Amino acid sequence: MNESQSPPSSDVILRVEGLHKSYGDNHVLRGVSMQLCRGETKVIIGPSGTGKSTLLRCVNQLSVPDSGHVWLGDKEITSRYENINHLRAEIGFVFQSFNLFTHLTALANVRLGPMKVKGMKKSAATQLAMEELEQVGLGDKADAYPAELSGGQQQRVSIARALAMSPQLILFDEPTSALDPELIGEVLEVMVNLAKDGMTMLVVSHEMGFARSVSDEIIFMEGGNILEQGPPEDFFTSPREARTREFLSKITELYGE
Amino acid sequence: MNFFEFAWSILPQLLEATKLTLWITGGSIALGFVTGIFLALGRVYGPRPIQWLTSAYIAFFRGTPLLVQITIVYFGLPPLLNPLGIHIPRIAAAVVGFGLNSAAYQAEYFRGAVQSIQSGQMLAARSMGLSRIKSIVFVILPQALRLVIPSWSNELIYTIKYSSLAYFLSLQELMFVGKKLSLRTARTFETYIVVALIYLVIVLVVSWFLHRLERRVRVPGLGAPGEHR
Repeated sequence: MNESQSPPSSDVILRVEGLHKSYGDNHVLRGVSMQLCRGETKVIIGPSGTGKSTLLRCVNQLSVPDSGHVWLGDKEITSRYENINHLRAEIGFVFQSFNLFTHLTALANVRLGPMKVKGMKKSAATQLAMEELEQVGLGDKADAYPAELSGGQQQRVSIARALAMSPQLILFDEPTSALDPELIGEVLEVMVNLAKDGMTMLVVSHEMGFARSVSDEIIFMEGGNILEQGPPEDFFTSPREARTREFLSKITELYGE
Repeated sequence: MNFFEFAWSILPQLLEATKLTLWITGGSIALGFVTGIFLALGRVYGPRPIQWLTSAYIAFFRGTPLLVQITIVYFGLPPLLNPLGIHIPRIAAAVVGFGLNSAAYQAEYFRGAVQSIQSGQMLAARSMGLSRIKSIVFVILPQALRLVIPSWSNELIYTIKYSSLAYFLSLQELMFVGKKLSLRTARTFETYIVVALIYLVIVLVVSWFLHRLERRVRVPGLGAPGEHR
């Protein structure tokens, strides 16, 4: 692929081109291309094992793709000449299993990145961390350790941790899949507010309600590629592909409207 | 002279010797701690050749007798360093011998602790832009060091007791002075009872201190459950 073609337009934050990734014989990503503009929220859906999480991990190089390119703004993440740590600092990542630092309080979890990645002073970082915790409604849990928090609270802290880095975009890898049903709402509420505030988000999720109400575009992945994408109103009412219709009807059966 | 009078009469010399025992132990543990951490990190995170080298180091020091090792280092190290203009005191040579051995054991404890930490911790650290080394320093080690305290306590206790092997290097530590006193007084049994009690007191004090340390740095969700709060 010619790298110089289609110079990125100014408000394209993330551009993925021709991404391939295999684990052994398992060809997980088969040439995925997509892009995300500033302030957009896109939701990736699709059957399990189809490469959704791998795509997110290839974006910030937690998994190194076999071929293809990823750009953050005008910087190529997949280039070996870029400092990956600097680029990762601009991309928030929210994990399915939260992955809060076990030995640190909620406050210290949120404060770590600004201090140790950005070199912020402790007092300033503490103040920032406190603001982010309040933003996700957990100002009163600042001194609690992860093990003392519910799953929903842990996930909200992990979102605050991502926000504290003032990222250009945040990647969400099935952020509610590990949660008890009654805890999903509080996390989705935080995400809805973020989307409304103009945060750029790429979300892997099975939460169709969230996808329908918040996303600018739904991406349907299957077999390591993007099969169909479009704004939610078109996507849910008149999907073009038979496989998409099949998947949507299954999801509807499982989760309801 | 009954036992207590006898014990009282030899105690000053034994306590003087205990100082050296504590120096040997402290020095060996400290050297073993620093070296052990680097060995463990090398073995877990290092490139292949480093992993291989650290494994070989650990295999050698765990696979040969401590007495042989300290003898080799004690007699082998000064002649190696002398041409470089470095003259180390005898006790330092002994400490290096004990320390290099302790490093191998401590490395295995640290490795176990590091590997027991969930992979998501490293992923989360790297995903926010922390370098590999910063991730280890700020996320992995603080957790691993908490987890390792109980098993590491064993190593410290062993080192206190194995320091008595310095007897064979003719260093004036507790065991050596005990031997000397037993020969001079011809009251072997009583002398070694006092020596044993001194070791016991050191071990008990150290164990108590480590237990306090463990409780003090305990964090909910990390390590032994239940005792928190």
